Amino acid sequence: MSATVDLLDLKLIFVTGKGGVGKTTVAAGLAQLAAEHGKRVLVCETDAKGDVTALFEAPPTDFTPREIAPGIWSMSMDTEASLREYLKLHLRIPVVGRIGPLAKAFDFVATAAPGVREILTVGKFCWEVKERHYDLVVVDAAATGHIVGQLAAPQAINDLVKVGLIRSQTDWMLEILSDPLQTGLLAVCTPEEMPVNETIELATRIREETTVRMSGVVVNRVLPELFGQREEEIFEQLREPETEEVLSGRAGGSVAPVLEAARLAVTLRRTRSTHLQHLQAGLPAGMPVLLLPYLFARSFGARTTRQVAHALGEELGL
Amino acid sequence: MTAAKGADAAKTVAQLLAAKDIVIACGPGGVGKTTTAAALAATAVVEQGGRVLVLTVDPARRLADALGLKGIGNDEVRIPDEVFATAGAHPRGELWAAMLDTKQSWDDLIAAHAPDEETREHILANPLYQNISARFVQSHDYIAMERLYEIHTEGKYDLVVVDTPPTRNALDFLDAPQRMADFFSSRLLRWLIVPYRSRLVNVAARPFYQVADRILGTQFLADISEFFILFQSMYSGFVERAEAVTRLLSDRRTTFMVVSTLEATPVREAEFFSSELAARKLHLGAIVLNKVMPEYLRDAKTDKLAQSMEKQSAELARGLTDDPAVATRVIVEVAESFQNFGVVARREAEQMAELRGAPDVLVTVPFFDADIYDMGGLLRLGAQVWD
Repeated sequence: MSATVDLLDLKLIFVTGKGGVGKTTVAAGLAQLAAEHGKRVLVCETDAKGDVTALFEAPPTDFTPREIAPGIWSMSMDTEASLREYLKLHLRIPVVGRIGPLAKAFDFVATAAPGVREILTVGKFCWEVKERHYDLVVVDAAATGHIVGQLAAPQAINDLVKVGLIRSQTDWMLEILSDPLQTGLLAVCTPEEMPVNETIELATRIREETTVRMSGVVVNRVLPELFGQREEEIFEQLREPETEEVLSGRAGGSVAPVLEAARLAVTLRRTRSTHLQHLQAGLPAGMPVLLLPYLFARSFGARTTRQVAHALGEELGL
Repeated sequence: MTAAKGADAAKTVAQLLAAKDIVIACGPGGVGKTTTAAALAATAVVEQGGRVLVLTVDPARRLADALGLKGIGNDEVRIPDEVFATAGAHPRGELWAAMLDTKQSWDDLIAAHAPDEETREHILANPLYQNISARFVQSHDYIAMERLYEIHTEGKYDLVVVDTPPTRNALDFLDAPQRMADFFSSRLLRWLIVPYRSRLVNVAARPFYQVADRILGTQFLADISEFFILFQSMYSGFVERAEAVTRLLSDRRTTFMVVSTLEATPVREAEFFSSELAARKLHLGAIVLNKVMPEYLRDAKTDKLAQSMEKQSAELARGLTDDPAVATRVIVEVAESFQNFGVVARREAEQMAELRGAPDVLVTVPFFDADIYDMGGLLRLGAQVWD
């Protein structure tokens, strides 16, 4: 079973990662890639910051999906709107003005009953999958620290709530979430110590505490290999003070900062590849690891999203 | 810009730490917040003395290692002076560390507020309580602030540096005490408890029950009710406490330190955080930017030089080394790499310019060659930030 076929054939992909590693960038790139392969994709933002749409250079979306690029719809999760929709669809309760200030009631239930907020979030995504409105739902999910709680919520609710409507709802959600042919989790990290350690831990926790399958790890911001061994020897020769002086003379200015920058790049690359090895060793055997190059970009928008999509496509052998 | 902040505004992190009792490190996850908090606490002990506590939420083994501890628990432990000695430093005061154990802290809180042993045992055994204290994400935020308050009132430390939990919304923990107070004083809470006190259901509450019953099932509602009836005995204690915590956050001896990198997403969060702090009239003492690209990468003259190096690589390489062909290639690579990193460095500088002006102090920390593994590393980081 190759990762290649799996990933784009899934119906629901949660993209998670420690804050700042480029989780949203990967979610957007993945949506772009799927759309380029003819899929109708819904990309969902869970914390309503407008980051996803910014990567397509489109204005922010709300709870109602809107097409932001060919084949790509976007929505922002809003748990209160999700509750409203839920009540309407499943209980046929017209909420406006009937149960008083819905927001307050919702806040109460959500605060009192752990997991309600989570389940309204996850439930909405599962609902979109169940209704087959899209070929693929990509979720720019909660950060590593919260994703386990979110994905474990349906099971937790199942344990807590023995009867009632919620109970019957969690059953079909679990069915979708637990099916490795439909649902997967993609963990994003950078080749740095903390993100790598968290990703290894996440793999274990996802396996032990949730029913969702982890489909792979995306390592973002992998620095280019500047030199091979021979090049590095020559580079060291160029950095000899006398040689450097001659070089500066010929170039018409001090080349020291240029050489120093290259040394920094080599050092960074080297420290990072140690972490990359650590990652590969720490993940379960056979877990696909996709590498995305560091983008030396001025800004992040539609163009970089396409670059990420193509890099992902190459890694997936598409 | 300094003028606008008043004459007493700190100009360095050292001055800031000397003037404050509590420093709350906040910002996006994954930017070195925990390490920065620990580095500042350790440096404060070496440079300024006194009793300093670093209160972390990060269970990472590495920080414990760096501090020379086997592990850090909910109880405060002192970092032995020998650990400083390994880095060739001599502490003038004492460094203490504690890690926030959310579940344990909740249990302690219940024990402190419960009117009697029976209530306490009932609450601790309630399935809802167990869920809230162990899993409920927002409870971390509340408990972190609660613990800070407790430590502060005990008055054992001259300086407390707090590393806040990574939150989906960086502001959750600021609002946590108020939300907790609102929650316990909410009318809905009273509605919910009513039917278990008497058989008379409040007319206004009836629709809510009908919905809640259908969604959640009666047993679950009964669990909720029991939980809140028990909690009600602690109601006033909790609300008072939450209000006191809120006051502490806005006290003039408390300051906030936003830690970030200059990557696009973290920097946006840092900006958002800074403006929210201002809106709440909370004091933003410092912004610490980690892993910043060195300044020389932005030099326009060098950038030009790199461009011409790329073009004249063959001539430049002639006769310099024992392998001109490889040397040519190396020069091209080196020149290209400089320009690539230059793009990133210039983007970072722009982002930094937008942040300047918000805090009293803005400091940058360069990319370190190696990760921080020990006290020496923490102190090196601290020294970068200090003056």
